[in-house]
Amino acid sequence: MDLDTGETMSDNPLPAVDYLKIPEDGDPYLEGYKCSSCEAIFLGERANCSKCGERDQMETVTLANSGTLYAYSIVHRSFPGIDVPYISAIVDLEGGGTIKGNLINVDPEPEKIEFGMPVDVVYDDALGRKDGEGNSYLSYFFQPSNAAS
Amino acid sequence: MTDAYVVGVDMIKFGRFPDRTVPQIGAEAAHLALDDSGLTIQDMEALYCGNLGQASGMVGQRILQEIGQTGIPVVNVSNACATGATAFREAWASVKAGLYDLVIAVGVEQMGKGLLGGAGGSKGISKEGLLGSGTMPSVFAEAGMEHARNYGTTFEQFAKVSVKNHHHSTMNPKAMYQIETPLDTVMNAEMISYPNTKLMCSVNVDGSAAAIIASEKKAKELGLMSRAIKVRASVLTSDPWQERDLVMPDVNTCTRKAAAAAYEMAGLGAEDIDLVELHDCFATAEILHYENLGLCEDGEAGRMIDEGEVALGGKVPVNVSGGLLSKGHPLGATGIANIYEVSTHLRGEAGQRQVEGARIGMTHVIGLGSACGIHILEKAS
Repeated sequence: MDLDTGETMSDNPLPAVDYLKIPEDGDPYLEGYKCSSCEAIFLGERANCSKCGERDQMETVTLANSGTLYAYSIVHRSFPGIDVPYISAIVDLEGGGTIKGNLINVDPEPEKIEFGMPVDVVYDDALGRKDGEGNSYLSYFFQPSNAAS
Repeated sequence: MTDAYVVGVDMIKFGRFPDRTVPQIGAEAAHLALDDSGLTIQDMEALYCGNLGQASGMVGQRILQEIGQTGIPVVNVSNACATGATAFREAWASVKAGLYDLVIAVGVEQMGKGLLGGAGGSKGISKEGLLGSGTMPSVFAEAGMEHARNYGTTFEQFAKVSVKNHHHSTMNPKAMYQIETPLDTVMNAEMISYPNTKLMCSVNVDGSAAAIIASEKKAKELGLMSRAIKVRASVLTSDPWQERDLVMPDVNTCTRKAAAAAYEMAGLGAEDIDLVELHDCFATAEILHYENLGLCEDGEAGRMIDEGEVALGGKVPVNVSGGLLSKGHPLGATGIANIYEVSTHLRGEAGQRQVEGARIGMTHVIGLGSACGIHILEKAS
């Protein structure tokens, strides 16, 4: 039983973004909101569709854990404390939805990165980052789908 | 509706002025533009002020506190990097609507050095470098890589944009830099976000620019038509919904929509445009806009830069001022500084960098988030 210290420290990692869901029993997954009127897919909870303007027609969908690389940049200069270089990747998920994240297990060199390459979404600790209360976070990453996880 | 004319326009030399206040920097451009028109602040019926860094700080009123508190209405505008263009457009609209005959638009910005963007919300942990990058060099690198994906555009072609614009700025005494940067220098500069090296990122500078807009009746009455610039089109768009919006700000669709509307409003086509000042916040971005503005067919932008069509002396010179890459990019001032540049060419007063015979020019800015502002200007005959 937790001691009532007033702290909000959690034993389990928290999701790095609100569209990453961590079920009590089961694997983490990404959740999208899909407009049942025009089928536009969004990240994060919302009531209205900004594509067609319909209200209250959103339903949750589980986004796929695989997709293809749409575009990327290779970041060599970032803010203090952030490890560089790394690949900032935009991935079109199978079945819809586009998300952004780090592409890992690929050398950060243009000749090693191919547009359209198949990638998997994998879940791991958020690079050791903790919030002010000391909570750990779970995040997602992309890796080439033929790579061993 | 009356036609609206720019009857005075100027900018300060962009630079870094940490010892001056934002209103002081803005006031200098206001004075320059007033002097260019031969008018005074007492002649102005309204002030439209663009500034981002102190958006809640009543910058327009504080400029009047520097140059003359005449009690005129002041509208303070903030619209990301389209801030200056939006202030100009609001000023234009007030004259078009017949509310006023003489108004002033001022854009001003004081910037820090370093990366813009990134970091994200304060809740939880920082997402920068965890879920990709939100820095501006990366966001625009990714927009460029989308073009590379579609058309095979190369790092070298993107870099050539920077070579061209830095070359142009050697002829612009008001640019932040006047330095030649050969291709190998650009490509071997510090990599910020591939494919944007440091020399392919716009310069954060302090700056201001201002324009005086008059109704046709007033411009004629004051005898200001000989150097007047007619505003043939003024268009502002926001970003229509796009599939990848949530992770990839779209600078293309809002520009295409604005360009189409601007050509229609002006009754002109891309083939009529003699020079363009467009939003080269990063070298990758400039390439996209050749196509977005209809200066060439889709997929032809790489060829355009390779063949020099967009350089001074080419078919349609782009960013002869040096662009944001070398002239500098003081966010709130940029849109009006573009109006100054194009007007100066249409008046035949651009000196060494003059686009010969320029009759019609276009300005374009993008504020990420997004806003696109386009103006088409023509020398009054």
